Amino acid sequence: MNNENLITEKDVAHVAVLARLHLSEKEITDFTVQLRSILEHGRDITALDLADIPPTSGPIPLENVFREDVKGGCVDKSEVLSEAPGHQEGQFLVPPLLDGSE
Amino acid sequence: MKLSEQLLSAKEIAVGIKNKTFSATEIVSDTLGRIEKLDGDIHAFLNVTGDQALLRAKEIDEMVSKGEDPGILAGVPIGIKDNICTRKVATTCGSKILNEWKPPYDATVIEKLRSQGAIVVGKTNMDEFAMGSSTEHSAFGPTKNPHNIKCVPGGSSGGSAAAVASGMVPLALGSDTGGSIRQPAAFCGVVGLKPTYGLVSRYGLVAFASSLDQIGPFSRDVDDSVLLANAIMGHDPLDSTSLDIDTPPIKINSDGGVRGLRIGLVSEFLEGISPEISEAIERACKYLDAGGGQVESCSVPSVKQSLSAYYLIAPAEASSNLARFDGVRFGMRVDGKNAEEMMVNTRTAGFGDEVKRRIMLGTYALSAGYYDAYYGSAQKLRTLVIRDFESVYQKFDVLLSPTTPTTAFEIGAKIDDPLTMYLSDVCTIPTNLAGHPAISVPFGYDSKGLPIGLQVLAPALKDDLTLKVASYLESARENAND
Repeated sequence: MNNENLITEKDVAHVAVLARLHLSEKEITDFTVQLRSILEHGRDITALDLADIPPTSGPIPLENVFREDVKGGCVDKSEVLSEAPGHQEGQFLVPPLLDGSE
Repeated sequence: MKLSEQLLSAKEIAVGIKNKTFSATEIVSDTLGRIEKLDGDIHAFLNVTGDQALLRAKEIDEMVSKGEDPGILAGVPIGIKDNICTRKVATTCGSKILNEWKPPYDATVIEKLRSQGAIVVGKTNMDEFAMGSSTEHSAFGPTKNPHNIKCVPGGSSGGSAAAVASGMVPLALGSDTGGSIRQPAAFCGVVGLKPTYGLVSRYGLVAFASSLDQIGPFSRDVDDSVLLANAIMGHDPLDSTSLDIDTPPIKINSDGGVRGLRIGLVSEFLEGISPEISEAIERACKYLDAGGGQVESCSVPSVKQSLSAYYLIAPAEASSNLARFDGVRFGMRVDGKNAEEMMVNTRTAGFGDEVKRRIMLGTYALSAGYYDAYYGSAQKLRTLVIRDFESVYQKFDVLLSPTTPTTAFEIGAKIDDPLTMYLSDVCTIPTNLAGHPAISVPFGYDSKGLPIGLQVLAPALKDDLTLKVASYLESARENAND
């Protein structure tokens, strides 16, 4: 989080691709300004010496939680599919994965 | 708007229904009438489920007439934040992207409420995916503060807070990731509790930031929050972060008030707060002192950096949680020539600005080359917050602070400046990072007639202590001369 490492419009455009969002030119400009101010506020963390502090990912130290391997109830398949934008033969229907030639 | 003082509490409703003083049908009809009358101005509800509520009321009345006990919330109407799944009833999360999605299952809290006789009367408005502090980020328009409809009700659970404050319902459920129950409770002058992380199942709560999210009650008095907390707590195998411990019902023994309790006044939370809130804190300290509490100033240094840590951790988790909204399994779809284009088109059209901003922030904080500097440091700060609280709780039983630095602000005042909006959560966020319980309780009004909320914090699983101290602070209202 050094000065020279401020988030740029190029970064924002790249992150939008990763996040599967299409941003207009104006959105890229606005988000760059806004994200920069939020990230700059975050500098108060880097001002601290955290080298020997372990990270915490959640309030409860969690181990794997398993249940008994027995058959339980589950939601109704047709009810699930009826809420999907597209379905066919009991499965979710999506456009072609590779290209749009068909 | 004049708020009615003659409203029945949840406790009174449940007792009255069991004693046949009135019927659940009468109560629900009354409630629906009030919503009809008030909600045009307030917009607390996104969806009112009147027909289902009346059917359920009839069932409750039949149980009572047969001598069966419908439960501790017999016939009590309740509003549910619209990010909690209700089977076959639209659950929008305040977003266009879910497109009136009807979940095929109920959240665990909904099943628990039903088993205690509560009656869901509708789904309440919220900032989209619970991201916001004003309800202005709802895709369906803002909720108004019942005390002044030019002001925001707070957020993200603003609809729930406003529904309770305006007397439409005695109880509501919200969710709190960084203050989304306590901040709107403070702005609307009602009680709002964020329970200890893991005490209430998150199964069926649409995830925002899974390590911070917690469902909790809104009510007009502390007793009703106890009642609702008792109905929804408990281990749930469907939530792997649910605490597998005994959760005996919370009982507040108000005899003795706060006598002997060591109460820490956190100095960091008093920086930059409005003078009128500062005065309220002083009055509260005197009142606690008069009741035999030992109030002393204390310091929790790392809460100063908590806001920064939160605005890296919560968006990081959100960017991952919200990846599921891709137009494949539920909600809206905007077509494209291939699957990826369809996903981009759907997400671009379906998410609002604030959600996009947080997804972007989170994706960036997690991206290669920046992970250690941002997300990694924020997680370390989280460790410091937990250690600082541990240390201060060696000397104190509970901590006291304002819930918010100011009272409710006007609609539109902060909408264009995300960082300023985020700063209204500065007092509530550290609790979520630590996973501790905290409550907001109304404590007087400012000169504009807007409610002031005070926050009581306690260590994990000491939810009862926050409620006990809040109950004492609430009694100041009855003892006040005005």
